[in-house]
Parts: sequence; structure tokens; C-alpha cells
Amino acid sequence: MSIDMEQFHQTFFEESFEGLDIMENELLNLDVGNADNESINTIFRSAHSIKGGSGTFGFTAIAEFTHVAETLLDEMRDGTRQVTQEAVDILLKSVDVMRDMLGVYKDGGDMDEENNNAVQKELEDLLGVEGASASDEGSNDSANETTAGGWQISFRPHIEMLRTGNDPVRMMHALGELGKIEVVVNISELPSFADLNPEDSFLSWEITLTGDISKDDIVEVFDWVEDECDLDIQPIVNESENVAEAPQAAASDTLATEKAEKDPAAKKATAKKGGSETASIRVGIDKVDEIINLVGELVITQAMLGQVGGEISEDEKHDESRMEKLLEGLAQLERNTREIQESVMRIRMLPISFVFSRVPRLVHDLSSKLNKKVNLVTLGEGTELDKTVMEKIGDPMVHLVRNALDHGIETPEQRLEAGKDETGTLTLNAYHKGGNIVIELSDDGAGINKERVLNKARSNGLVGENEELSDDAINDLIFHPGLSTAEALSDVSGRGVGMDVVRKNIKSLGGSVRVDSTEGKGAVFTIQLPLTLAILDGQLVKVGNETFVVPLVSIIESIQVKSDNLNGIAGKADLYKLRDEYIPIIRADHIFNMHGGDSTLDNRLMVVVEGDGHKAGIIVDDLLAQQQVVIKSLETNYQRVDGISGATILGDGTVALILDISGMIDMYKEKGTPEPTTPVTPPQGNDSDIADEAA
Amino acid sequence: MASILAVDDSASMRQMVTFTLKGAGYDVTEAKDGMEALQIAKSNSYNLVITDINMPNMDGITLTKELRALPAYKFTPILTLTTESSADKKMAGKQAGATGWIVKPFNPDQLLATVKKVLG
Amino acid sequence: MTKAASELNSIIGSELDSDADQFLTFILGEEEYGVDILRVQEIKGWDSVTPIPNTPDYIKGVINLRGTIVPIVDLRQRFNMPEIEYGPITVVIVLKIECADRDRIMGIVVDGVSDVYDVPQEEMKEPPDFGNVVDTEFVRGLATVEEKMIIILDIDHLLSGSEIKATDGLAD
Repeated sequence: MSIDMEQFHQTFFEESFEGLDIMENELLNLDVGNADNESINTIFRSAHSIKGGSGTFGFTAIAEFTHVAETLLDEMRDGTRQVTQEAVDILLKSVDVMRDMLGVYKDGGDMDEENNNAVQKELEDLLGVEGASASDEGSNDSANETTAGGWQISFRPHIEMLRTGNDPVRMMHALGELGKIEVVVNISELPSFADLNPEDSFLSWEITLTGDISKDDIVEVFDWVEDECDLDIQPIVNESENVAEAPQAAASDTLATEKAEKDPAAKKATAKKGGSETASIRVGIDKVDEIINLVGELVITQAMLGQVGGEISEDEKHDESRMEKLLEGLAQLERNTREIQESVMRIRMLPISFVFSRVPRLVHDLSSKLNKKVNLVTLGEGTELDKTVMEKIGDPMVHLVRNALDHGIETPEQRLEAGKDETGTLTLNAYHKGGNIVIELSDDGAGINKERVLNKARSNGLVGENEELSDDAINDLIFHPGLSTAEALSDVSGRGVGMDVVRKNIKSLGGSVRVDSTEGKGAVFTIQLPLTLAILDGQLVKVGNETFVVPLVSIIESIQVKSDNLNGIAGKADLYKLRDEYIPIIRADHIFNMHGGDSTLDNRLMVVVEGDGHKAGIIVDDLLAQQQVVIKSLETNYQRVDGISGATILGDGTVALILDISGMIDMYKEKGTPEPTTPVTPPQGNDSDIADEAA
Repeated sequence: MASILAVDDSASMRQMVTFTLKGAGYDVTEAKDGMEALQIAKSNSYNLVITDINMPNMDGITLTKELRALPAYKFTPILTLTTESSADKKMAGKQAGATGWIVKPFNPDQLLATVKKVLG
Repeated sequence: MTKAASELNSIIGSELDSDADQFLTFILGEEEYGVDILRVQEIKGWDSVTPIPNTPDYIKGVINLRGTIVPIVDLRQRFNMPEIEYGPITVVIVLKIECADRDRIMGIVVDGVSDVYDVPQEEMKEPPDFGNVVDTEFVRGLATVEEKMIIILDIDHLLSGSEIKATDGLAD
């Protein structure tokens, strides 16, 4: 039977990567010197599974490497080795090596032999020579004898042999397959019927096996019962053969018994945790995406029917009972569709712990590198978000953590001097808020040095010499491309990636990031992200003849423009006085170069939006319905478009574009609201030379 | 056809064992740890149990002991999956009442040969 | 959609087994152009599109093609030919193009579809160098069928041009 083992590789890789994550986490949480048995067991089990699987599936390099790590873990588990920081560090390195090897087997590439061997050497050094080799025992090394004539076997099971499920009849069959067999059964031990316990074994056999048979093959038949029977195998022709194994077997037997007794006790303690796992299946993400697409289609169809149904009811009021039924059916379809959509979306949801779990290792490595003491606290790890969002938020998170450790939290000396505990605290917190997930990353470090940031910004010309900024605005400067990497270059966070990239990446996910800081007390970075990239609650608006979707989360309010509140700056930009602040007015038809819109602002509808902490008013011609829309990418077949985050399909089958509010604000800042073709009729009291031009 | 309960916490090993045995015509039920296996074993009957040793919640040794304590599994063959490095584990398995073992790593042919040995 | 277009749609769907390459031809002004029929997904009548802001004029907008957002390119405008009113035989040929390392779906607006021809490899001629007079970037070759010249297009460059690659880099 030939089986293509490759079909199991995918599963093996997935579970092994997961196993490595578990190992890493448990290793980081190990209380050195007073290690929890359960944790060691968990780490051991993961290593053991990886070793077993990689051996089975032919990934020998991993199997061999893991074997050494496993040996070390086994000693820790047995209590014969102390859990030291040194050992934990080497094991962490081993995890990296294993991850690397798995990656190479999975995706191709070259192994870093040098590093792998170096780590293996470290493991072996720690184990000592005898430790490394001691574990390779157990295979039966008895010389493979053969005799031309055959064998005389005396097989005398112990009384309890049947209780392990071993059946002598099967052994006779197995022997029979090796050669010609003659069996004489000895029933002399059989008690009288009344005393006979059918679960006990009283019989013994004298077997004559003739043919060209190796002794190993015979021993193998009795392999499982060698300690449950008296076995004597003698060659028929050559009398000089002797079985020397019996005493050996007996010796190792007592040893095994001791171990066996110790082990289950240890194991029992391990059985508590992890019982709450829910059963799961692995499904390819492409299959889920396919269902999501289909459900998306269903939502559109449902919206289309709903619209048609609504129109019919206007026209054909006369047939009211049938009409009512149709509308009822449509309402039910809408409910069902919504529910299906929600359940399907949930398939893609994973707890944020998948991202958080990368952090402990990072903090461990960084704090030792930077000589800082950091206590990591994670909250809300069970908060779920879409897998796609999760995959993309990992790197920005890692960068923020690096930043917090490098620039936020001070050295123990500095902290003591500032009257703080020498150990800093980094807290990760995740929770749901509206249709968003909020991730907060807070540290109790030094906070942002506003003076330095402002000076830097002034010297770079980002901020005018006499321009005064609010505290929040100064803090926000760290996300500016011209500032973020400056003066921050260090071994740790100066990898050419700055806070501007963090913000850019988060924005590309439709999210936002801001910072609150108190000098001397610490800083809080707050990331807000949509739960999913697949659907969105939107407000449909009309600009000119086109329908656009404004994400509901960015809308603060919708108002009618009052001319009294309009102000111009240098005839170029319009500002609107909204209560006690001035917000820029963005004319969608202008920044999108659409023609034929109404050019006056007075009495127009304005949607007040917020993106990245900046408010703006977008002028629209009409406010239509609010509805949930399925997000479709423009990039699949076309490309990214500034100010547009995607598209959706409306109930009538037409396409509507989804506005990217932050992107529009950026566009506005870059080009203002230029007006090459049709100048705006300026609001009352505005700069007069524009009015002249228009006239 | 004979029915087999395959217990392993590793999904890839379970897949491989199940695929191999089903291919040979056996009925296979999977369990991901000893605890789950014990529950399943109590409500069904199997001609053979193949179990990994190192598993969370309940390991293979404990599972073997628990099964042997059930009247229905008094004589049912139980095979443990073990690595060559743990000779002591083979013995621990036997002490708990296992019939025999299959040494990891094994290939599908070895698995079938061993299963055939106990199921005839 | 015209009857001819629906007939062609059925040809597209059927198995092709000829050694020669098959080309779907269409009319643009006085000229006949051909595209590899294996790249043709379907032919549909012109319908309204949703314009995309700040894009070249030849990008008419996007349509919903069974749940996918597909850009529509006006080929006359792409080739800087005079624009004409869209009429009842104006069609959109939906093509699969390979650009920037992946497949994309795109529609082209043409005056009308013409025919399907077999063109043996050896009969395909290199386009002459027109210098700066005609942009040959999109021309894969010239073929003569029934005394007519057919311009075989290299459709992978229609949308790709320079701008799509440049922005793709930014988007990532």
C-alpha cells in the first residue's frame, strides 16, 4: 500500500508552528527555579509531537534537532535537571531554530546550518555527553542469527498475560507465517473446571518451527510479551545458541516500573488546564472566503429584492394581502441573510491573543538587550477580530512595543531616581467598541518629551517658529514622516521603520492610531481597527450624480451649512465654525475632479467626519440610506485610488465607491480645494478678488 | 470490518493513521486526547485502540489503565505509539495493560502490519 | 447585446482544438483588431459605469461583474482616436490580462465585435516600426485574413501602462 504522505504535511506544519508558539510562550512564563510541572509537560509534549511528526513525515533534520531539545526537557520533566535561566534561553533559541527549519521544509530555502549546529551544540553541552546519547537505547540489538534448520521454541505465558489483550493464538499464526510450524500444547497446569478463571492463562506451548528463519523475526513475534512469559528459543541444529537476554530484560523491567509509578502522578497534575478547548476543524481560508463571497452575493440579492418589493408595494396597493405576504417574506429573508452573514464572518474571527502571544518573547529579548526591567500585562486576549486584520496588525504592534521599551520605559536607575518602581510595566489591552476593536498599549515610562519633539519639528520646518501647538498636536507629530525616525535610531527600534509607517499601515486597514502622553508618567497608544475588512456600516450619500459610501464610524454628525459660520482663508480654503472649533470644508466634487456640482456652499448638506483625529466637513448633495455594505477591493482588477478605500455593490447592482476619510483629508491638505475650471461663488463677506474673478 | 479508535493529540498523525487504516478498510474513530477517547470508548465498542502516550488532559498510559478497568475493554488490544527513545515508556504502557506498541516514526506499511498482527 | 455577440459568447465557451491561435476580432473606426480568444471571458452590451475619481479619461469607470469590481477601458480613448457616441452595437469585451504579476479582469469598450479567425503562428508578422507616429506598445503583430489586415493586440499592456505598477508599489 503506498500512501502519499505529502497530503499530511500542511496539517503537520500548521500544528507544529502552533506547537512552537506554545513552547515559546510557556518557556517565557516559566518561573525559573520554581518551574511549574504542568508548563514543563506542555513544553515537552509540543517538542515531542514535533519530533514524532517530523520523523514520520521525513523531515529528519527537525527530528534530530528536536530530539536533543526533547532530551533536555525530559530531564527537566523527570526532575533530574534544574530549570535554569540558561536552559530556558537555550530552549528559546532552539524554538527559533525549529521554526526556521520548519519554514525551510515548508517554503523551501536554505537552512542556517551554522546557527542550527551552534544551538544544537549548546544543547548538547548543557546535557553533557552522556545525556545526549543516553536516550538512543531501546532498539533490539541482538545479533541477527539465522539457522538453516529451524527453532525449538518453548513459550510459557505468565498467568496474567491475556489481560494485556495479547492472544497466544495470534502469535502462533504469526509464527506460522515464518515457516512450517508444529505446536504441542501443554495443559498440565490447567486447574479443575471449578477453579478455572477464564481470564488467566494456564497453557504453555512447545513449538517447532522449521525453515530458514532469523531469530529476530521470532523474537519480534514475542516482542510485546517478553516480560509476561518464559520464552526459550533454541536452534534445532546448532545446539550452542543461548538466550542471554532474559536477565537483562528483567533488570530493565524493575527500572521501568519505578518510572512508571512516578510518572502518572506527575501527569495527573497536568490534566487540569486546557480542558476548555472547544473542538475545532481546520478549514482553508480560501474556502471561507468563497463562502463569504457567496454570502455577500446573497446580501446584494436580498437588497435588490427588498428594493423591488418596496417599489411594487407603492404601485400595486390593490392586492394588499399578497403584497403583505411578499413583504413579510422579504423581511424574513433579510433577517436570515444577516444572520448567515454574521455567522460566516465569525468563522474568520480569531482572538487577539494570536498577536499578543508574540509580545512576551519580544519583551523578554528586548529588555535583556536594553538592560531594562519590564513587566508585561495583557488584558482582553480573548477579544476577537478578523484573521486578515490580525495578520496585518502584527508588525505595527511589534513596532509599538519596541518603541515603548526603547524610548518609553526608562532604565532601572532612571526609574529609581524618578521615584518609580525599578520595573516598568507595559500593558496591552484589547476590547470591542462599536464595530471596532480597540487595542491599547500603555507604558508607565517617561512619556513623550514634548519640548524635544517640538524643537525637532521647528528645526525641520514642520512647525513655524512662532506657531503654537496644543499638547495633543505636539504628541501627534511623532507620527510625522519627518520626525518619527529622527533621533530614534538605535539598535532596537531604528530599523528604518518609523511611527509614520505604523500609522500608514493602520490607516490602510481602515483604522486609526493616536497617542496620549503625560511627561514622566507614560504614554498610551490607542489603535482602533474595524473588526473585519469584509463589511462596513455605511451612510450612502449623493455627490453630483454619483453615490458614495461614507463609513459610519467616521461620521460625527450631518448638518446644513449656515452661511454665518463660513469663513475663508486667503481665498483658498473654506473653514466652517462648528460650535467652538473651525473645521476645513472638503468639497468631494473638487478633490475628485467631478464636474457639474452646485458651487455655492450656503444651505448645502455637510457630513462632519473625523479621520486620524482630524475633523472635516464633506459637502454632499443628498443623504441617502444607511446600510451595511460588502467591501470589494478596487485593487483586485484595477489599482488603489486616493481617497477611495474600496467599492461596494448596491441593491440595484450598480457599484458605489467607499470614501477613505483619512485619505481625503490628506488629499485636501496636499492640494487644498483647488479649482481650476469653475471657481466657487464665495460666501458672503469673503475675499473680494475671487469674486471679481468669478464675475 | 474491525473498528479502531485512534488517539493522538497531533492532528497530522491522526490524519495519517486514519487515512492509512481507512484505506485498508477499517472503521476508524479519532480522539484528540485520552479524556475524549475514554468518553468515546464508553459509548461505543472497538476492536482495537491505538493511542499516543504524551497527550494533554489524559495521557495514553492513564487511558490504557482506565480502559482496562472497563469490562468491555478487558481484552481489547491496545497499542501505544511510542518513540524509540522511550524504552521505559513501552514498559510503562505494558504495566498499564497495553497489548503492545508501535515505534515512532513509522510508515503506513508498518502501521498496517502491526495492526494486522493484533486483529489477524 | 447583439445576436452576433451572443453567438460569439457560445464560441468562447466551447472547446478549441486547433493548432493555430484563435483570435476574436473587433472594429475600432476603420480598423479591425484581434485579441487572443483564450483571454476573452465574455462579451456584454455597454451599460452605465461608476466613474472613478482622478483617473485617466480612458478609464470609463467600474462595473459589477457578478460580484467583482471590473474596470472598463475605452479603447478609442486609450489609442487617442476620436470619441464616438456609444450605440446599440457598442460592446464591452471582458478580458483576462496578466499584469503586475497577477491576473486581472478588465473590460474594453469597442465599436462592435467582428469575427473569430484562426491565425497560424507563421502568418503573424512583426509590426513595422512606426517611429513616433503610432504607439506600437500594444501591438503584438499583424495578420492578414481574407485580404484584410488585422492588428493583433498585446492586451497585457492596455491597463498596465506605467501608472498601475507605480501605484501598486505604494499600495503595498
